[in-house]
Amino acid sequence: MTVSTTPRTDAAEETAVPSSDATATTQEEISAEIAEIAAQAAQATPDGQPSGARQPRIDYPPYRSSILRHPTKDPRHVDPETIERVAPCFGHRDVHPLEADLTIGAHAGTNSAVSGEPIGERITVTGRIVDGDGRPVAGQLVEIWQANAAGRYVHKNEQHPAPLDPNFTGVGRCLTDANGDYRFRTIKPGPYPWGNHRNAWRPAHIHFSLFGNAFTQRLVTQMYFPGDPLFALDPIYQAITDQKARDALVATYDHDRTVPDFSMGYRWDIVLTGSGRIWTEPEK
Amino acid sequence: MTTPGQTIGPFFGQALPYPGGPELVPAGRADAIRLHGVVYDGDGAPIPDALIEIRQADASGQVPREEGSLHRDGWTFTGWGRSETDRTGRYSFTTVLPGPTEEGSAPFFAVVVFARGLLDRLFTRIYLPDHPANASDALLSSLDEPDRATLVASADATGLRFDIRLQGEGETVFLQHDRPA
Repeated sequence: MTVSTTPRTDAAEETAVPSSDATATTQEEISAEIAEIAAQAAQATPDGQPSGARQPRIDYPPYRSSILRHPTKDPRHVDPETIERVAPCFGHRDVHPLEADLTIGAHAGTNSAVSGEPIGERITVTGRIVDGDGRPVAGQLVEIWQANAAGRYVHKNEQHPAPLDPNFTGVGRCLTDANGDYRFRTIKPGPYPWGNHRNAWRPAHIHFSLFGNAFTQRLVTQMYFPGDPLFALDPIYQAITDQKARDALVATYDHDRTVPDFSMGYRWDIVLTGSGRIWTEPEK
Repeated sequence: MTTPGQTIGPFFGQALPYPGGPELVPAGRADAIRLHGVVYDGDGAPIPDALIEIRQADASGQVPREEGSLHRDGWTFTGWGRSETDRTGRYSFTTVLPGPTEEGSAPFFAVVVFARGLLDRLFTRIYLPDHPANASDALLSSLDEPDRATLVASADATGLRFDIRLQGEGETVFLQHDRPA
């Protein structure tokens, strides 16, 4: 059997990487760049603290698409004003409970799925969302999207020659409960190749879109699975130079959430930035 | 430990944009305006895979706390919208001009920017052109004129235009909201 090894570009409109074809860069070269930045970050600052960043460095050349897409000026520090202290509100008018189950085939908002079960390892992903004060983020929208078990997304720019699954769109939504807990049933996504450099592969992940108790707590991030051998090689994950901060993106296998004879369980808790407490106006 | 951000990547198109996302009000409404612009990279090339979200007060300055943004009924103003950029890098909302949320304050749209290649979200604000309260706004008055200009929309035939430049000449001023001590 002949397997195509042609690397795809990240997206159809991918801009050229300065000075070279992205596919000419090797993993070894990318890994060396990752190691050099990590070594700089590990050096103690004058006050004795490592300078490792707990948020991703938005200027992170090993992730080639970031080169022309990061601001060069420091952000301006401002106190949030009224409209920034109140998160957008979502409710049961917005989200159907079945949207939290990605394994049931036909899905709200899509027409590509028929009623049948997707191929792959069934998993439950649950966790609690709190803000910077430890307050639960209750009744709030959580959106996820992911590749299927073969590492293929349902997307017009997807070029990875892995099979589409007619029973899996990889898109889900839910509302958190009063404790800030969310819960999705899905299948474990596969790793997939991408066009950052030659033989580049993303660790398996689920994209999460999160809203907090204030507009300023908005977060889009990615949840990873424990023990992935691709962590060290991935310039998106490694753009966070602090190991503990990177660990915060990795779910924990949780046998108590594994359903007997049915599915594996993972737990992933989320802490959003900033305080909602003193910014939030009194509830009506 | 705060959960770090990660890029939205190239494949959010199936998940995050939805019908009605950019229409905070129906286009036919008498006071409806178009708020639109192009998102550019450091080479001045439009970014066709960015996602813009706005949060705003209504015309009277009230901050909406209404659900229904994902299934709009055409009557409820939720004050939140989402627009992906098109092949030419353009986002576009149909909405109303926000009013001042406090007496004498300068109204603005609160904005968050996501894109493939952008490793974490960016916050900014869109102020209204020639609004009398702009002169006393704490953020605007702290900036020099070129930076200030990056946060103020320009009026056009259908409403407001506001381009976002992630890098380089005319780079948009982005914001960081610190936790209060």
